Amino acid sequence: MAIRNNTWGNLDWLTILIYIILVISGWFNIYSAVYNDEFSSIFDLSQRYGKQMIWIGLSAVLAFFILLVDSKFFVTFSYVLYVLFALLLILVLFVGKEVNGAKSWLMLGSLAIQPAEFAKLGTSLAIAKLISSYSFSFNNFRKVLALALLILIPVVLIVLQNDTGSALVYIVFIIPLFREGMSGLILFFVFYAALLFILTLVVSPLAIIVTVVVLALFADLIIRKRWGDLLKIIVLIGFWSLVVWGYSEFFTEKSIDAYYVLVRSSVLASIVLMFVSLIKRIPQAPLIVSMFLLSLAFIFTVDYAFNEILESHHRARINNLIGVESDPLGAGYNVNQSKIAIGSGGLTGKGFLQGTQTKYDFVPEQSTDFIFCTVGEEWGFIGTSAVVIFFIVLIIRLIILAERQRSAYSRIFGYCVASIIFFHFAVNIGMTIGLAPVIGIPLPFFSYGGSSLWFFTILLFVFLKLDSSRFEQLH
Amino acid sequence: MDSYSKRKNIIILIFLLVGIVFIVRLFLLQVLDTTYKKTATNNVLREVVDYPSRGLIYDRKGRLMVYNQAAYDLLATPREIGRFDTTLLCSILNIEKARIERSLTKAKKYSKYKPSIIVKQISPERYALLQEKMYKFPGFYVQPRTLRKYNYDNSAHVLGYVGEVSPSMMEDDSYYKQGDYIGSTGIESTYEKYLRGVKGKSYYLVDVHNRVKGSYDRGNMDVSPVKGSDLITTIDAELQQYGEKLLQNKIASIVAIEPESGEILSLVSAPGYKPSDMVGRERVENYPRLVGDSLLPLFNRAVRALYPPGSTFKMMNALIALQEEVITPRTRFMCNHGYHVGSFSMGCHHDREFQLDASIAQSCNAYYAYTFRRILESSKFADVKEGYEKWREHVLSFGLSETIAPEIPDELPGLIPTSDYYQHRVFPYSRWRALPIISLSIGQGEIQTTPLQMANYAAALANKGYYYTPHLVKDILGTDETIVDVEKHQTMIDSIYFEEVFDGMEHVFSFDHQGTARASRVPGIRICGKTGTAENPHGEDHSTFIAFAPRENPKIAVAVYVEYGKWGSTFAAPIATLLIEKYLNDSIQGSRQYIEKNMMEANLLFPDEPNYFKIE
Repeated sequence: MAIRNNTWGNLDWLTILIYIILVISGWFNIYSAVYNDEFSSIFDLSQRYGKQMIWIGLSAVLAFFILLVDSKFFVTFSYVLYVLFALLLILVLFVGKEVNGAKSWLMLGSLAIQPAEFAKLGTSLAIAKLISSYSFSFNNFRKVLALALLILIPVVLIVLQNDTGSALVYIVFIIPLFREGMSGLILFFVFYAALLFILTLVVSPLAIIVTVVVLALFADLIIRKRWGDLLKIIVLIGFWSLVVWGYSEFFTEKSIDAYYVLVRSSVLASIVLMFVSLIKRIPQAPLIVSMFLLSLAFIFTVDYAFNEILESHHRARINNLIGVESDPLGAGYNVNQSKIAIGSGGLTGKGFLQGTQTKYDFVPEQSTDFIFCTVGEEWGFIGTSAVVIFFIVLIIRLIILAERQRSAYSRIFGYCVASIIFFHFAVNIGMTIGLAPVIGIPLPFFSYGGSSLWFFTILLFVFLKLDSSRFEQLH
Repeated sequence: MDSYSKRKNIIILIFLLVGIVFIVRLFLLQVLDTTYKKTATNNVLREVVDYPSRGLIYDRKGRLMVYNQAAYDLLATPREIGRFDTTLLCSILNIEKARIERSLTKAKKYSKYKPSIIVKQISPERYALLQEKMYKFPGFYVQPRTLRKYNYDNSAHVLGYVGEVSPSMMEDDSYYKQGDYIGSTGIESTYEKYLRGVKGKSYYLVDVHNRVKGSYDRGNMDVSPVKGSDLITTIDAELQQYGEKLLQNKIASIVAIEPESGEILSLVSAPGYKPSDMVGRERVENYPRLVGDSLLPLFNRAVRALYPPGSTFKMMNALIALQEEVITPRTRFMCNHGYHVGSFSMGCHHDREFQLDASIAQSCNAYYAYTFRRILESSKFADVKEGYEKWREHVLSFGLSETIAPEIPDELPGLIPTSDYYQHRVFPYSRWRALPIISLSIGQGEIQTTPLQMANYAAALANKGYYYTPHLVKDILGTDETIVDVEKHQTMIDSIYFEEVFDGMEHVFSFDHQGTARASRVPGIRICGKTGTAENPHGEDHSTFIAFAPRENPKIAVAVYVEYGKWGSTFAAPIATLLIEKYLNDSIQGSRQYIEKNMMEANLLFPDEPNYFKIE
């Protein structure tokens, strides 16, 4: 048993290696992003890069201590830690410092801590504890309600701080929940609705409707496994298109565009299909068609509500959120400059310290939320794709580690860690390249800031500690 | 194992999918789409124009006429302007507060991020004061420019002026940008391409606040400005100044040409203005005043005023008649107080017979009426109309009825009517006869010429039958290029016919021959000249004179017009001879200094001021 209890021997050094690579490259990119000729040493403590070095050193100390803690501590004190962090969230509402409109920072002397970050740790521990308890079932309403409250309480507290971006991270907990048996439909609907919502506003409605039509048809074909019907459906839509176009061309005054022809013919074709399916008693058909019609209704509602009901400043804010470049100097400025920075890097980048976009402050927040721009501008496609690959490898590695746990508690917590890192990674990089809304959340291990770095270090190393103790009986 | 462990595959798939989407997107953004590179460069590059110094202008003897003086524009970028003491700025620059405020409002409206000119053309003295206090005006900076400065404050109509480029010019030529200077008139405009040089460019890296962070690419892309080419003009700056002095308080013009080259020695239009009136901030005040002046100081009379040539045209008719062999120098015509045919009469002052020589010296009208009829009615021609057309051909060969100086774009061609003109106006129902157009014989009637053309005519006489393209610039230093091809233009008169005409022109100054301009005789210089009176339907006739000298080897040909001067001998002849004497001898001999004094002081414009010349 001596080997099995050896923390160091059981540690997953691959994860630690990737962690170190990400943290060190983050440090160098911060150096480049805020580089200052007067203080050219990367160790200069008056500059952000010097400070980041201290945060990195402190992170190593933190990681070391976490590995010394008995893993049973986390299991036993899951709820206590959750409550503690929740109390911090309440505290920050009263004594917090306001930064960029969000009252989310606690000042401990010169140290700035963002409790919202650490609340994710508490929530992850509490979720793991709750779901891994023997009596938990997704069919038990009271347990599910408790689970929902566990997640919603910090969300509400964080929204009260006016830090919507950090609150949105909690959506990602549906991934561990899905893994533990929550209905896949919920995951599907959440993704589908979010996708449709964003796409409707970002892309033209026409493109989405075409996508939805194609999706519906493929769903139909896959479920019925009758590929021969593909031709029939194309003919059917083509026929209705002709009818709709011919009608408007010859019987009405106004000529109509392709968008409406396609919408109307698709709707008509769907109705025909539904009838045919009902008559032929194909069970899935009504579901698919009603799903399709619901999607269309949803798209129109979003489109209409957005353009007709909302005031223009609301529209601008949402457009800003989803990164539509309606006004490159106004709401869309950040995303536009960020894309210019990354795009100008080319294949191999401009070289270390050679970026002009980030160095001359065209990109806002270039050492924190938009640190990826520096990577893109100075290291090019080679650098950015390497960073993406490192993150994906890290996240998948964490899933593999989670799956090898004997205890459900460790597994669930591992999924939480992987999901939180994934969400930050996906949204942060997504926003810099115009694929995700501009939500001010940092890139794990990369972005400047002690609070964020410590949180991700603790998150990762608590899991690595649990993983190293995977042969012990935790319950 | 729990029953949902297969779901890990779906989750891993989602993560992988996001990773792949990101990598594809990054590939599109960074590798395939190249537009971002350009945008990033545009973001950080600030192009600063380095203005070259404009070419200098020298006179024919190498005397510097026009050079450059440093001036400074004060610019500001509205976004960067911090708190500053407006009163202090105004007192340093000596301008009103309202003006600065107006400029700042305008600048803000133009762009918050780009610099605009707030105060133009600050003098070096004020700039020195400003420079010490510059740190008190954040967001402001100074750009050096050059302004024209004049050693001889004359030749305004020749030199022209430099002004700010207009929007339409910027459209025509992309070289010019807002706020650039461009030659607007005169040789500043004609030789703009050479004088302006080539603008240089420096590239600087700027940050998002438009603050300069350093030079771009170590200055490798920077282009140094190329200084404009210097010009040597044909003008004699001293002679020009002398001419302008002689024409004070008169509406008049002088053109002097060197016959053997076509070089314009002097070109004066009075009243004129000082070139320095049109420089920098002074122009703002002076230009409207000059435009509004009823004496039209901006109007270049030397090349744009149209007058009938008057009696100075008589040599033309004499030469044509000699060339067509309808008279000889010894042909005699009777003047009986004029020329009388039936009820028609053209007045004259004499009661004697004239040969060619005396007809010029004493300017007999009757002689030329006979001569003109002889040309037009010559049996060589089928009819009078054909005779007129031949006559016109001869006249045109002296460069009349066309523009002759390509460097002077606003020159007018004048008019020698075509035969069609008379066909319609004079002979619509009757056959052609010489009598109705007989006033052409003495240079009156429908014909119109400019002072420049008459000086050129004098040069053609001096050369015995040819002239060179009149021009203002001898050389563009540093290039082999020229704007004008100086060509030899042959007239249709053979050189053998000129000596007898010259005899008459020399006797114009002779007491013995009772020459019309004998009072303007210059002892020691053989001048050939001719007085003229240009009919003026609006008032007193204009006094004109053409001349060249010395007769044996002509160095200068002159035409002088003095409006409302009545006789050629009263103003035009003394002024022309003074100019010739000055040019050839460099000084005026004692016996003629009273003439010089009278001419300079004569006032034909302002009845309320001293020396007003009352014409009886």
